[in-house]
Formats: sequence, structure tokens, C-alpha cells
Amino acid sequence: MFESIDTSLIDWSRAQFALTAMYHWLFVPLTLGLAMIMGIMETVYYKTGSVFWKNVTQFWQTIFGINFAVGIATGIILEFEFGTNWSNYSMFVGDIFGAPLAIEGILAFFMESTFVAVMYFGWNKVSKKFHLASTWLTGVGATISAWWILVANSWMQYPVGMQFNPDTVRNEMVDFFAVAFSPMAVVKFFHTVMSGWVLGAIFVVGVSSWYLLKKRHVEFAKASIKIGATFGIVASLIVALTGDISGVQIAKLQPMKMAAAEGLEDGGNGVSFTVVDDIKIPKMLSILATHDIDGYVPGINNLLNGGYKLPNGETALSAEEKIERGKKAIVALANYRKAVKENDAAAKADAKKILDENMPYFGYGYIKDPKSLVPPVGLTFWSFRIMVGLGGFFILLFIVVWWFHRKNKYQDMPWLQKVALWTIPLGYIACQAGWIVAEVGRQPWAIQDMLPVNAAISKLQTGSVQLTFFIFLILFTIMLIAEICIMVKSIKKGPEEIEQQA
Amino acid sequence: MKDNLLRRIWFFYVDGFKSMTIGKTLWLIILIKLFIMFFILKLFFFPNFLKGKTEEQKQKYVSEELINRAITE
Repeated sequence: MFESIDTSLIDWSRAQFALTAMYHWLFVPLTLGLAMIMGIMETVYYKTGSVFWKNVTQFWQTIFGINFAVGIATGIILEFEFGTNWSNYSMFVGDIFGAPLAIEGILAFFMESTFVAVMYFGWNKVSKKFHLASTWLTGVGATISAWWILVANSWMQYPVGMQFNPDTVRNEMVDFFAVAFSPMAVVKFFHTVMSGWVLGAIFVVGVSSWYLLKKRHVEFAKASIKIGATFGIVASLIVALTGDISGVQIAKLQPMKMAAAEGLEDGGNGVSFTVVDDIKIPKMLSILATHDIDGYVPGINNLLNGGYKLPNGETALSAEEKIERGKKAIVALANYRKAVKENDAAAKADAKKILDENMPYFGYGYIKDPKSLVPPVGLTFWSFRIMVGLGGFFILLFIVVWWFHRKNKYQDMPWLQKVALWTIPLGYIACQAGWIVAEVGRQPWAIQDMLPVNAAISKLQTGSVQLTFFIFLILFTIMLIAEICIMVKSIKKGPEEIEQQA
Repeated sequence: MKDNLLRRIWFFYVDGFKSMTIGKTLWLIILIKLFIMFFILKLFFFPNFLKGKTEEQKQKYVSEELINRAITE
């Protein structure tokens, strides 16, 4: 019953999806971050009535608008790809995946679109209070939008609140709140959205530092740095906190991802954290993964061989045992469908019972070699270190910039201004590295334990996927160049009016 | 009253679009992008895999896909 799917088709489809998602995520975090910073700046304007702050707000709104316009709708291509490249997945997940995306589209996107118009067109046309509310609601709309997208993504990492229906071959939602507020979704939301806030703060501080280096718009730059650095400290500390919670969650729910991120072959109690190569911090991984100095952390081999005690006292199954259960589930699905066709009630009931018992391992039935359950270790390992290392650097940078700004010395520190400027690309790299850990680290699963990518994929011609990959690459690159050019032009032009006001 | 409100909203947008500077370039980018996405990519490169199938046919197709791709020996 084995039908071979060309591995190059899987690789190209994954590459195409990764390309689209990574380009999409170049625009989204800056939208999320700048939206909040603009809101704070306009609140200062509302409170003080100072035209200076109005102009500061308007400048950053222009930058926000460029990013928003170029980035808008790049996510739609991802939704096309679900239907075309991953049609089995789309059918299998049913409305669980569709519902959050539909809510995102109807509620959040319309909210965002409505208020963004008031934000840009409403200066001097609506009251100050209504305009301020519109600016905040634009940000809130973008954030709610992110919530539902992250709910959908979290469900793929930790499928909950559903029941598989063998008649419709779909997972059906039985508990909306379990899906919408799963612990994975809540932590992922805060960690991801706050990382966008951090990028927004890095961008504001970096661009403002460039003005200081050029000795232009100094008052504007100092005011922006004050807000950006303060906001950045708060956001980056929350990112660190939610990252810590996320680590414990991943160790529990996706232990293979944790083992890959650590390059941990053999686990145990009181495991060291590998910084790089032979530099290790004793017991640190156990603390990070379990919040217990002697906590047990399984390694890749432990996860494949099973036999260790799980936190609930049960003994972990080996990969081979899981594969056997997965096969049983798939055979039971086949038998169920046959029994329905033949109208055999007894056989149908038997098959349903076996299917329900083994459904949590359904996806393992598609795994030929247990070693394919191990994600790419090198990429996950280094992406994790880049993300965490840069995250720590951002906290330090914001604190240092904030401190020297407070002491009124920052404008005389060109080396630090250069560091802040060159941190802008690092902010993007950290965001991308985070998603690489999240997505590459959970391979081979499209849905954790339930559907691997080789079963989720559509039967397409590899050549057509390759062609669309390169079309997207060219299209997205043109858009990115357009954005960078327009943005750089606007930044170089600078907030002219502000200087006059100042 | 209702007409008046609609008129005000209409002119709010018309005036807004008219007074845009950099926004006009951005709208052009948005329109080109949407055209490429919906009229070129969607039409030629995103054929609907399950199009034309009834719900029952879709279920049959996907169940066969899921069953046949498994390794059961």
C-alpha cells in the first residue's frame, strides 16, 4: 500500500512555503512594532498638545505606511499554497485551521483596514481623541490578526480541541476555546508579537541614531530614541520571559524540537546547556527545560528508543512502537471506510474503536525510517543560538542606549549610534531565526504526530513547484527592493517640518 | 441624515486619496501586487486541486490519498 512521493517535490514545496513565510515575516513584525510606538507617540501628542510630537508621530506613520503597503497581502499567497501544495493537509485539518484564518480575515483585517484610513486621512478632519483611538485600533487590529494566525500555527504544533471524523476524513473542532486559548497559542502569541515590538524599537532607535550620526533632526531623533529605547527594554524583557516559558512548553510538548535545538544526542538528569561546541553550562538545560536543576531532558536517542519515564509516570514509547500504532490507525481508517461502503455495522464499530485508540499516533504510520523523525539538527541548533544570542544583545543595547540618552550623552557617542544602526538587520535575522527554530525544529510534521509532510503534500509536478518558487523569489525580491528604496528615500528626506517646529 | 453621513464618508476618502503624496506610489504597488497575485498566480499557477468534486468525492479522494501513502507492510 506504499505510494512513493518524490522527496524533491516535498523539499521544493517546503522551500516555497518557507520562502513565502520568510518574506511575509519581513513586513509583519515591523508593522506590529511601529503600530505600538506610533500609538505611544500620538498619546504624548494628545496629552501635551505639542505639534512637535504630532510631527514625530506623522513621520513614523509614513514609515509604517510604506511597510504596511508593501507587506499587505503577502500572507494571501501562503493561503493559496495550503490549498494547492498541501491539499491533503487542508482537507485533514478541516475547519480548525480555516476558522481562525476566517476570523482573522473578517474581524481583524477589516478593523485594521478601517482605522488605518482614519489614521492617514483623518488628521485635522476628526477629533484628536478619535484620531488617537484610530491609531491605537490600527495596532490592535494588526495584533488581533496576528493572534488568529498564531492560533492556527500553534494548533499545528500542538493539536487540541478536535476529534477526527473518519466519515468526512476531517478533524472537527469540538472545543473552540481549547483551540483559541491553547497554552501553546498564548505563549507563542506573546513571544512572537513582542518580538515584533522589539524589531519596531530597534528600527526606531537605529534610524534615529542615523540622524544623530548625520547631525540632522537631532531633537526629533532624541525624542524617538527616548520612546524607542524605553519601549524596547520592556518588549525585549517580555520576549525573554515568554521565551523561557516557551522552552519549558516545547520540552514537554515537542521534546524532539528541544533535543534538536540543543543537539542533544543522549539526555538524562541535570543536563548541561551547550553554548557552542565544548563550552557548556552545567545543569542549565535541565533548568531551562524543566525549571528543575536535576530535571530529566530526553535526547534524540532517548526519544527514538523510548523506555524513559514521562512526567505523568508512564513509560515513553519508542519510535518503532509509535509507528506500529500509526499503521494500526491507518489500517483502521481503511477498514472503517470499507465497512461503511459494505454497510457492516459491526466491522465499522470495531474499526472505529481501533482508530480512536491509535489516532494520537496516526502520522507515525507514514514514517518509513525512525531516523526521519529527527529534524535538521545543525540548522535548528544554530538558529536557536542566533535567536537567543541576539535577544540578549538587544536587551543590553536598549539598556545602554536608554542610559546614555538619559544622561544626555548618547548624541556624542557615534560608535554606539553606529551599533544601533547596524542592529536593524540583526533584528530581522533574530525574527527569522525564531521561525526557523519553530518550523524546521518540528519536521517532519505538518501537524505534530498526526500528519507528516510526505502525507500532507499534494501530488504536483516538481517542475511546476520549482517554477513558482522562482516566480515568488523574483516577485518578493522586487517588492522588498521597492520597499527598501521608498523607505530609504523617505528617511533621507527626513521629518523636515519637525526641524522647523523644533 | 444617513445620506449626509455616507456623503461625508465618501468625501473623507476622496479627499484623503487626493491629498496623498507618497501614498499614490504605494497604492500603485498594492494594485500591481494584487493583480499579479489574483490574475496571474491564482489563474495559472494555483489550480484548485479538489475543484469540481462533490463533498463525498473529496472525502473519498483524500481518504484514498491518506490510506495509500501509508506504509502498512
